[in-house]
Amino acid sequence: MAIEKFITITSTCVPLSIENVDTDQIIPARYLKATSREGFGDNLFRDWRYDNNNNPKPDFVLNNPLYKGKILVAGKNFGSGSSREHAAWAIYDYGFRVVVSSFFADIFKNNALNIGLLPVQVSERFLARLFDIINKNAGTEVKVDLENQLITIVPTGESEKFEINNYKKTCLLKGYDDIDYLISLNQKIINFEQNR
Amino acid sequence: MAGKTLFDKVWDSHVVEQIENGPSVLYIDRHLIHEVTSPVAFAGLEKRGLKVFRPQLTIATVDHNVPTMDQHLPIRDMLSKSQVDKLTENCNRHGITLFGLNHPYQGIVHVIGPELGLTLPGMTIVCGDSHTATHGAFGSVAFGIGTSEIEMVLASQCIMQPKPKRMRITVDGILKKGVTAKDIILYIISKISASGGTGYFIEYAGSAIRSLSMEARMTICNMSIECGSRGGLIAPDDITFNYIKGREHAPKGKDWDKAIEYWKKLRSDDDATFDLELKFDAADIEPMITYGTNPGMGIKITEKIPDGSSLTESEKPSFFKSLQYMDLQPGTPMLGRKIDYVFVGSCTNGRIEDLREFTRFIKGRKKADHVTAWIVPGSKQVEKQAQNEGLVKILEEAGFKLRQPGCSACLAMNDDKVPQGKYAVSTTNRNFEGRQGPGARTFLASPITAAAAAITGKITDPRELL
Repeated sequence: MAIEKFITITSTCVPLSIENVDTDQIIPARYLKATSREGFGDNLFRDWRYDNNNNPKPDFVLNNPLYKGKILVAGKNFGSGSSREHAAWAIYDYGFRVVVSSFFADIFKNNALNIGLLPVQVSERFLARLFDIINKNAGTEVKVDLENQLITIVPTGESEKFEINNYKKTCLLKGYDDIDYLISLNQKIINFEQNR
Repeated sequence: MAGKTLFDKVWDSHVVEQIENGPSVLYIDRHLIHEVTSPVAFAGLEKRGLKVFRPQLTIATVDHNVPTMDQHLPIRDMLSKSQVDKLTENCNRHGITLFGLNHPYQGIVHVIGPELGLTLPGMTIVCGDSHTATHGAFGSVAFGIGTSEIEMVLASQCIMQPKPKRMRITVDGILKKGVTAKDIILYIISKISASGGTGYFIEYAGSAIRSLSMEARMTICNMSIECGSRGGLIAPDDITFNYIKGREHAPKGKDWDKAIEYWKKLRSDDDATFDLELKFDAADIEPMITYGTNPGMGIKITEKIPDGSSLTESEKPSFFKSLQYMDLQPGTPMLGRKIDYVFVGSCTNGRIEDLREFTRFIKGRKKADHVTAWIVPGSKQVEKQAQNEGLVKILEEAGFKLRQPGCSACLAMNDDKVPQGKYAVSTTNRNFEGRQGPGARTFLASPITAAAAAITGKITDPRELL
């Protein structure tokens, strides 16, 4: 069962200039009761996005019609807290394919990579620049090139390299997932069990 | 050859294959599952036409969304019920042992593993829950995983995982009166921040850690994830072995002797090196409480809320947003602040020792009238023990009631939700916005600090009542 291939994405961005965005903000626990993976995007950032009467809060960025796109740009330590993969599902289901931050929580990063959502870790300086440019012009396009591990602010040409381990990079470029690989190791795993 | 850390010893002995510049293929000894994060993994497995590779190495229970009252009745919340039913169906179909609702072993997944002797030194243990780090207290490598990773373990008993860096946190010295394991870990997180451990696996060491009981050690390891660390572990010793001995799934007879021999080797070599070493003095630690919306926002209970002046420009918006959510003013004290709820429970502080400490504190006193208190045991066994030891009676005499086991108000998936705008002193692990219910405001603290608040109805230094 493959994941969607990721090669290059050029898109406008949605800026969320808050630090320590935790998994309970991304998707509150009371929305984890489904037994299938569909529809989590509707509850992405639920309590920041809607008031008690389910009306959209106009000051939250997802409700601002100026900002759209496949790239979410967020403050440092994004995705801290719970191991719920639902957080990555919600972001993906909403339509994002990239999250840019200066720092990601470990479990969130793994979860995102496992479903084909690319976490792009940039320097504090680049992140600050990105927020600045997007805030001035919501139409700013950003290009994320996985093959070359490069993120570029299209109109200014400013760019930065980002890290990703080769294995995960190949998985994303080709649309492979880990389970296919683990299944192929079946005999090796059995040998490991027998030789302990 | 340089010595190895405890973490390296356990990790390296489970590597089936190492991918160059990539993750390790890590063999998993114990896989724990629950109703919330597993259904999509089973669905994925079945879509691929696969069976569970080693069903006897996975153990299931229901904890996250179950009610903590009237557990003998059908679950009323239909969505929760469907997750519990789905887990039951999946376990039946794949031959996985399930401790379902009303089973004498049901409980919070990280409480039942140790109490059944399923958690042993030197193991690799994973679960679709970030507080899996709890099991590290036994000298195992234990960490939380996502649903795709659950599917990996079901399919192959292995997981693909980049190896974290090593950190050692040493706490030496003697703890002051009224200072508990919860205060140690809240203190550490307040010093290194909610992201200071990201990328690392932590070994906790030092005389103050060694002096702790197993349950206290579990509280420390449990909250490793709250500083961003995937897990934390403590070298096993006689306290560990005595705890394990005789438990249902613990090795017996000759197997026990063999196990002990191996477990005694599970310590970091004297010449082992860590990527980061931090040292703290136990004498500096006091009862702690959090004031903000991440576990790093903690202070000594006698201190004032920071005024934010030492923060960087990029840190300020989150800090002030947090205080705004909590409706607290910078630079003001925590002591004396009126609270509405007290919650004692969770995988952090829902074990029998926690209930004993809480009960010892409230014995002969009365709960403040305006405080709603939820006391939730971590498991059926803890519940039974609390009854047998007479704790339930003492609780009732003081105006408290023991509920039934589950994660409850720690993450408020069930009906146990702190109402909007209300303040709760909670023995749990996260004070995130809305964690204990939409708009709920959480102060994290130890069971005795929670007890002091429950009695006085306000934030109180527990040492004043000891």
